[in-house]
Parts: sequence; structure tokens; C-alpha cells
Amino acid sequence: MTGPIKQRRKALNSLLIIGGLLAVLLACCLGETPMRPLDLLRAMTGSGDPANSVIIWSIRLPRALAAWIVGAALGLSGAALQGLLRNPLAEPGVLGVSVWASLGAVIAIYYGLTSQFAPALQIGAVLGALFATGVIALVASSLGDTVSLILIGVGLSSLGGALVSLALNLAPNPFTLNDMVSWMMGSVANRSFADIGLSGPIIAVGAALILATRRGLSALTLGEETAHGLGLDLVRTRLLVTVGCGLAAGGSVALAGAIGFVGIITPHLVRPWVGGDPGRALVPSALAGGLLLVLADIGARLVPSDNELKLGVVAALIGAPVFLWIAANRRRNWGSA
Amino acid sequence: MSLLALHQAVVQRGKRVILDHLDLTLEAGELVALVGPNGSGKTTALRALLGLMPLASGTALIGGADVRSLGPITRARQVAYLPQSRPMAWPISVQDAVALGRFAYGGASQGLNTEDQAAVDQAMAACDLEALKGRAVTDLSGGELARVHMARALAANAPALLADEPTAALDPLHQWQVMQVLARQAKSGGGVMVVVHDLALAAAVCSRIVLIKDGKVLANGKPEQALTPDNIGAAYGVVAHWHQDGQTRHLIMGPALR
Repeated sequence: MTGPIKQRRKALNSLLIIGGLLAVLLACCLGETPMRPLDLLRAMTGSGDPANSVIIWSIRLPRALAAWIVGAALGLSGAALQGLLRNPLAEPGVLGVSVWASLGAVIAIYYGLTSQFAPALQIGAVLGALFATGVIALVASSLGDTVSLILIGVGLSSLGGALVSLALNLAPNPFTLNDMVSWMMGSVANRSFADIGLSGPIIAVGAALILATRRGLSALTLGEETAHGLGLDLVRTRLLVTVGCGLAAGGSVALAGAIGFVGIITPHLVRPWVGGDPGRALVPSALAGGLLLVLADIGARLVPSDNELKLGVVAALIGAPVFLWIAANRRRNWGSA
Repeated sequence: MSLLALHQAVVQRGKRVILDHLDLTLEAGELVALVGPNGSGKTTALRALLGLMPLASGTALIGGADVRSLGPITRARQVAYLPQSRPMAWPISVQDAVALGRFAYGGASQGLNTEDQAAVDQAMAACDLEALKGRAVTDLSGGELARVHMARALAANAPALLADEPTAALDPLHQWQVMQVLARQAKSGGGVMVVVHDLALAAAVCSRIVLIKDGKVLANGKPEQALTPDNIGAAYGVVAHWHQDGQTRHLIMGPALR
């Protein structure tokens, strides 16, 4: 690796970590009860107004952390799927992974599984996500071009979305329209540290599996045949990314519902800083995803409206135009994938 | 012991026989051209040598060991492979692309040790790439890109190199340059097997020619012994003759007269 790229990547990572930390603190300060930094410090240490402490520790901090974790999981999964599939448009939302995770979660909740066994929600979401990543991994190697894969994702998304509606319609337990919107559009409102405790470890395991493939993803830049010739165990790499993304995306859906487009924006933003290499893009994509989603959630909370905006709506408002831009400029900016 | 060998290799796809009891060897220090008409099984033969193509019967040996017994890393350290299809998915730099050749040694673009760096520098020098090292591979011309792929394969410093049509879509000068790089690799002790379609180029540069048709060896030997007008006619259905020009002899071909 050339020196300047290494330095640039370190600078980028430090910047994104500091930015993420500041964004989480900012999210804690903003809201109906605004707090100045000093109030925040007092509330965190419990030396100020007890009501402020409750607001921070039970509402704002878990919410901001959940947004960061979900954003990081989606950014990392997006970067890994793009590397594996050699496709700048790949991402858990676009490929239908998130909506299948939602389906698993919805089935677990509305058919009473979670009331008997709390982690059934996470298990359901992960199984749904694994199904979708598995289908994609199986068909991807036989597809020659970028667009067919995205079309498979469109089909998977539509089918998954229809099944979520069907599952909710047939559910023995009542549901509100708001529940459905939450699962389809995503939100981190009212999340607790207990929720994070259930989903966080799943996401962490997924992230570890994905990070183990970073060299393989770099090698895949040259195509599967060459990567194979270089000594890459293709089956192992595919399996690790598939399972890793299933866990990371499934865990994030269990925590926040389906949030699209984060996984497509962040690898795209960081790629110029890391010399285009998909292995090197993994960590900064995760850090950028966390930062982005915390900021998006601040936006969702601050936009004045009767019903709070869903986080997924804000993410899509930012992300979908970027998706369109990448799709339109694909031939000019990327190689022969 | 041969660097690479196929013994009576049979490869089938469905009912079609792609390789029909094919024998093929590669020794250190030789530059072998694998030639034959389209669909004769050249690429399949290379992939079978690498263990990327399962054999219905026969054996594929790398350094005397059955390829099926070798892990991907061990295999990659013995043979570098330059496949026919060479996509570049991301705009990585020339230097990073060549560095991927060190994958089997743990060094890839994540970080190179001094040995890896030396191999990468040497390969870039051999392919005249120093001036391009910071450029994105997606911005290169066809000739420049071919040199990047060649350097990537050379950077592995493997005893054997298999190159599948490295001269495809290149102009005559660039074809000649690529073959010169391969010839130098063979001269320095490496074994190189290259698939080419230009028989005259192969005859001028290679030490041995293997002519295959329908998955069988039709001829195997020095250029003038293997590429006789009869053999070329049998394989391709074209007319060929050798032309004496001072000290050197050139192969000249034309369409078959009916």
C-alpha cells in the first residue's frame, strides 16, 4: 500500500470516530428538553437534575447508540456485499436482506414467539436476513452483470414486503398500521440498553466474520477466477460474508427495523479515501454509517411534524438520490465488474 | 520432475468431452505455447493443471503432488495464473493491483513486508509500470492494463506461470512486448505456458509448441516440428508454410484454397 493512502485512511478513521462521538453527544443535548454540554455532563454523572439523568440514560443515549450501531452494521454489510459481489449498488436494503429480516421479526412478534422467549425477535430477524443473503450468494456467481443482481434484489424485496403485509394481516395478535410502518421504514425511537444488549452481540459476531474476509475482498477486485488463482478460498469467503452480513443486517433490523440505503452511501463516500480497495473500505464504511445514522436520527427528531419522522424515511431521502446517481454514472466511474 | 503435469486427463461437461486423455507437462525454464482452434480445450487444460477443473479421470500434478491434495495457498505459491477474463471491479491503483499478486504470501494491499515490496517493485519494473504506479486501473488503456495483469502474475514469484491469451486485443507491438516479458521469465528459470492465437508469434518466441484439437494433443515439439503445414491444416483448415529469411524462418498462413 502506498504511504499517503495509509495516512489518509488513518486520518479518515480518526475523523469518523471523533465525529461519531460528537454526534452521539449532540443527539443527547438536543430534544424537547435541550441541554447544554455542562447539563449533559451533570446528567450523565447523576450530579444534576434527576429528570435529566433519566432522559439521558433511558431515552437519548440508548437511542443515539442504537442509531450508531445500526448505521455501522449497515455500512459494514454494504461494503462487504459490494466487495463480494463486485457491485457498487449492492447493499442489505437494495438486495432485500433487510425486508426479509423484518419478515422474520414480524413473525416472531405477532405470532407470540417473543412473549415466550425474548430473543426470538433477534433469531427471527437473523434467519430472515440469512435466507436473503443465502439466495443472493447462490445466484450471484452465475450472474454476469451488475444489473441482474439488483433485479434479483428488487424481486426479493417485493416478495419480502408482500409477505410482511400478509403476516401482519393474518397475525393472531392485533397490530397497528404504525407497527408495520416501523418495521418497513425503521426507527430507533424508545430503544433501551436491554434492546441493544440483545442485538449488539449478534451484530458484533457478524462484524467479526466480515472483517476476517478483508484480504479476500481485496483479491476479488480482480474477479473470481483470478482471486481463485491467487490462492483465495472462494467458498469460505462467500460463506463468511453471507453469514456475517446476515447476522449484522439481521441484528440491526431487530434493533431498528429495515433502514435502507445507508449501506450504499457510506462505502461510496469512503472509497476515494482508501484508494478504491474494498477490503480497506470496510472499517471506515462502518464508522461513516454510524455517524450518518446518528445525524439522520437527529434530523428525524428535529423536523417539526405531528408524527415523528421515521429514521428510515430520512435515510432513504438522503440515500435514494445517491443510489440513483451511482446507478446513472456506473459505467463512467467503475471498471468492468 | 515437471513443474506441472496432466496425465491422461479427461474433463467432461455433460456428455461433451472437453479434454480427451490429454497429456501436458511444463518444465522449468521453458516457454510453451498452447495453441489450437477455438473450443479445442486450451483454457480447460490450463484450469485442469491448476486444479480449478475437476477431472473425470487422469491426474493433475503440481510439483509432483496431486492438485487435490494441495490447499489454495500452497497451490498459488507454485503456480501463478493469468486468466482470460480480467475484470477490474474497483478503481484501485496500479501498485495495489500488482500487490495482490502477493496474496498467497499474506501480503496483499493491506500491507507489504520488504520481501513482498521487492517482488512487487521487480514485477512492475519488468513490465515497465513505474510511471503508472499511482494511476487507477480503470483509467488505463488496454495495453497498459495487460501489463498490470502480467506484473500481478509475475509478482507471485511462483515457479510456474500459466497465461491465458495475455495478448488478446493488443496491437502487434504490445503483443510482442508481452511475449518478451514471458520469454525473460522463462530465461530466468521459470516455467511459462501461454495460450496464444497468433501462431507466427508463438513460433517466433516459444521454445515448445503444444497443438491441441478436440481435447487431444495433435503435435508437441519445437515450433518447426509441431507447426508443420500438415498439422496446421489438420487443426485449423488453413494453408501454412515456413519462409526462409536469412538466418530466421517465419511462419506464414492464409485461407485454405478450395
